[in-house]
Amino acid sequence: MNKLILMKRLMPVFFFLLAFPITGIASGTSVELMNAGNDIQDKESLRRGAHFYVNHCAVCHSARFMRYERIAHDLEIPEQEVMTNLVRFGASKITDTITASITAEMGKKIYGVAPPDLTLEANYRGADWVYTYLMGFYKDEKSPTGYNNRVMPNVAMPWVLASRQDSMSEEDFAQEMRDLTNFMVYMAEPIKPFRERIGKYILGFLLILLIPTWLLKREYWKDIH
Amino acid sequence: MSSESTIEDNNSRRTFLSGATCALFALGGAGLATPYVLSWKPSARAKAAGAPISVDLRKIPAGTMRVEEWRGLPIYIIKRTEEMLNSYQGLDDELRNPESDDEQQPEYAKNTHRSIKPEVLVLEGICTHLGCTPKFRPNKNEADFTGFFCPCHGSKFDFAGRVYKGVPAPTNLKVPPHYYADDNTLVIGTDGKDTA
Amino acid sequence: MSAVKDKGINLLHWVDYRLPVIKAFKTHMSGYYAPKNLNFWYIFGVLAMLIFANQLLSGIWLTMFYTPTAEGAFASIEYIMRDIDSGWIIRYMHSVGASFFFIVVYLHIFRGMMYGSYKKPRELVWIIGMVIYFLMMSEGFFGYVLPFGNLSYWAAKAILSLIGAIPLVGEDLQIWVQGDFVVGGATLTRFFAFHVVLIPLLLLVCVYLHIIALHQVGSNNPEGIDIKAQKDKNGIPLDGIPFHPYYTVHDLVPVVIFLMLFFAAVFYFPAGGGYFIEPPNYVPANNLSTPDHIAPVWYFTPFYAMLRAVTIDFFGVDAKLWGLIVMGGAIVIVTFLPWLDKSPVNSLRYKGRPSKVMLMLFAISFLVLGILGTKPADWAPFWVAPLFTIIYFGYFLAMPIYTRMEKTKPVPTRIGAHR
Repeated sequence: MNKLILMKRLMPVFFFLLAFPITGIASGTSVELMNAGNDIQDKESLRRGAHFYVNHCAVCHSARFMRYERIAHDLEIPEQEVMTNLVRFGASKITDTITASITAEMGKKIYGVAPPDLTLEANYRGADWVYTYLMGFYKDEKSPTGYNNRVMPNVAMPWVLASRQDSMSEEDFAQEMRDLTNFMVYMAEPIKPFRERIGKYILGFLLILLIPTWLLKREYWKDIH
Repeated sequence: MSSESTIEDNNSRRTFLSGATCALFALGGAGLATPYVLSWKPSARAKAAGAPISVDLRKIPAGTMRVEEWRGLPIYIIKRTEEMLNSYQGLDDELRNPESDDEQQPEYAKNTHRSIKPEVLVLEGICTHLGCTPKFRPNKNEADFTGFFCPCHGSKFDFAGRVYKGVPAPTNLKVPPHYYADDNTLVIGTDGKDTA
Repeated sequence: MSAVKDKGINLLHWVDYRLPVIKAFKTHMSGYYAPKNLNFWYIFGVLAMLIFANQLLSGIWLTMFYTPTAEGAFASIEYIMRDIDSGWIIRYMHSVGASFFFIVVYLHIFRGMMYGSYKKPRELVWIIGMVIYFLMMSEGFFGYVLPFGNLSYWAAKAILSLIGAIPLVGEDLQIWVQGDFVVGGATLTRFFAFHVVLIPLLLLVCVYLHIIALHQVGSNNPEGIDIKAQKDKNGIPLDGIPFHPYYTVHDLVPVVIFLMLFFAAVFYFPAGGGYFIEPPNYVPANNLSTPDHIAPVWYFTPFYAMLRAVTIDFFGVDAKLWGLIVMGGAIVIVTFLPWLDKSPVNSLRYKGRPSKVMLMLFAISFLVLGILGTKPADWAPFWVAPLFTIIYFGYFLAMPIYTRMEKTKPVPTRIGAHR
């Protein structure tokens, strides 16, 4: 007899879950994405990604919401080191945000489209997309830049890392791109590593709160027949 | 009889459980309030705008004062002459707090001159009474007084920013955190320890 | 100790003499008799109030940091997310809260449909509730535009161009509402004023009226039995129990469970898999480039799917306007439930099979349309959306027939009597 009652009780839960959409919205490309395999809690990887971003990507791509000071603090890099090794391209203070060395107008003149700001790119496209994009350049005679991309056909960006990619082993390059992807995921939401760490404690507290609440209900409802 | 004792048991159990539940909910409420309280702190942008400033001391002639802005506050930088440095020796009886033990300065400025280098005085130009900007009076020609004079309610301070007795301001003028990056470069807004 | 307590009681009486606080507590809490058999489905009203409070509080705080200009809005969201201490949690509680508000309210409405909570004498409770739902939809729409991401922009543009479908005055009206020839700063500021002042005020008033009207007639229950029909000699319903303390302690349990789900989303799925915060909204509004795929935020998608389902002109009216009529009708028709349901019983438990089947079909059509609305128009065969739109309307339009014809079970006079 309990089975039926249980089913009845669980029905609403089922409906509640149904109300939650189950899958995310596909980002519009049909190419199967690679697994980025990045770990947002891995500070060593994030530091490598940060160095890579400011020394390569930031030539063209600003990250106008990301302060160097935040990077120093979150990724545990001494401010002095950030000042010497990371702050560049018109930024001068530790509190500045990541600026590109070329302006949007210059970029538009050179590439036809202004190189986008990449602060939120990983949130917009998803980590796997970013990683697949970075790994997805291939030689293409028909393309004006000589290269094309698997997830973004007719990409305007020239494959600036071509010689770097050729000069190192496939695994090393993949690791470098994974670190960069990881940093971009962090950059899109710098609070993410922290919120995922503290969320457990809040849920734990609520679980403890549930105990006296439930006992209290049971105690009072002894009166009801 | 037995039912009476159950009711009593029930009541104490109910009181206890209500108390425990209320206490935990109050704790949760305090936790929920935390982000709301924290969000009123100066933002990273405000802190960036209030970043430390540096001042080239070679550009300030002896006996004059320069005003700089830090965190929206007027910062007075005074290059004191030998005469000014001597002016407040022996004034102790006229001052409210000659020993400067009122936490109005960093540890390294808690000395006779209230400064790191005797001749360079750094102050927040905010009267400790109601926040007006005290005027710098280097010469004796007016009202027979030298030091800092607040035009709002007449508070007086000596050349070390120490408050006189008998005026409305309760404490000495505040010395902001500062340090010397090199001999001629004064950095205001940090004591140089947090930038490793 | 007791002196302090006496002082407190004195103060309470001082206040009560001037403002009826004790009476109000009695009327709505300790002396409000609710049926003793309220089940899980009855929690969503309380949860809706809880989440409404959350929206108000977090919303007031966000207003402190948000910049309502076309140039500054997008950056100010990132300012909240990065530069304001704990700003991220306040923003997520607000954005996740919006979706949870709708989840809770949809289940709350469904509860009403199951147990006939709209029927006499609760017609006004129902109508006020529908007004609240309509206000919530406007609030959600205006709020979604405020971050001024690219989806905000194009969603606003799409909805505003619906106004353009109104015959004769449509286009002028659209420009007047926008305040410009395109969606821009002028549109944003007026939406901001509506979102933070006008609609919340109206919502507060309507929520208050909703509760007052409910407490005037009393809560329905899963059996649909009128507990006021059977009273003891003191005039207290035999199957009623005081809301306080019984339902206060009762409701705290699901409240805590709900908070766990809510904070699990806030801390681990704040973007809700792309449904609470959609990816294109991480790009600033761009009037030259529509996102590859635009869909309204999930709580509008069933109606959006119906809007899109109409693709042919008929009776000399073009499809765009028909779409608008169908979408508007789908919302408005729910308001008329009290007069569409001709059944002598309230609860589905005592209704016949046709009612059960129709309600099930209605729920399925709502979910299917909701899923369709999130997908591109050519995602499903062309007949799917029209079919489920017809089923959706069928539930309401055929109701006077099947509720009259079906055989109902006899309703007991007391709760729990048949067990």
